[in-house]
Amino acid sequence: MELLAQLAQVTGEDQIAFGEAVSAGFAYGLAAIGPGIGIGYLVGQSVQAMARQPEAAGMVRTTMFLGIAFTEALALIGFVVFILLKFA
Amino acid sequence: MSDAVVTRLDGPPVEQEIAMDMVKRSLPVFPVVVLLALAIWGWKGAASAGYGFGLVILNFLVAAAMLAWAARISLGMLMGAALFGFLLRLGLISIAVFVVKDAAWVELVPLCLTLVITHLGLLAWETRYVSASLAFPGLKPDHKSSTYTSVYDDDDSDSTTPPEVTHP
Repeated sequence: MELLAQLAQVTGEDQIAFGEAVSAGFAYGLAAIGPGIGIGYLVGQSVQAMARQPEAAGMVRTTMFLGIAFTEALALIGFVVFILLKFA
Repeated sequence: MSDAVVTRLDGPPVEQEIAMDMVKRSLPVFPVVVLLALAIWGWKGAASAGYGFGLVILNFLVAAAMLAWAARISLGMLMGAALFGFLLRLGLISIAVFVVKDAAWVELVPLCLTLVITHLGLLAWETRYVSASLAFPGLKPDHKSSTYTSVYDDDDSDSTTPPEVTHP
């Protein structure tokens, strides 16, 4: 009951600020999940390729590193959007 | 699966070579980015763009160092380093931006734009180079230090030896 009473005292501006903070947090979290899955899949397949064909390890590592960096750019874009929406 | 756990790669650290290549490419780009930010956002923008540029370069170097270190241990470690390295570096970039976001010399828009555009730009530039040398060795640019581009080019006299793989 005490919590409900406190919630009832929350003003409209507080609710908006709360909503903004929660939304920004979710946006950042979701933006990190996708690249996480992508990097996991990419590296898993690369490790499998290197284990099956060790003589191709150099090429696989090269493309894997570039792939990781490209996938990471998605997370970076999510982070940047979060920062710009929340603080700019 | 056990192969992936115990197999390690003793070949040249291609990740570090790519990252160093990107650093070399970024040297002439850095003043251009800073001057552009200076022209649009003033001194704050120039400082922020420089800071963002440094973060991107540091991110590439740390990623390459972690992957090269892990590859010398095992393929399983390589996978762990790639996944947890992603989280670690994303966290470090977040901290690096949060620490300075309220500083007097920081402008958030140029900082954020520099982070994304520099990251993607340097990557695209490097990918173009790597694609040309891996898919079409005949188009390989004359770059003696880029050993990772010629690992599979047996006819090339300056090619490096294929990566050694150790099965303990």
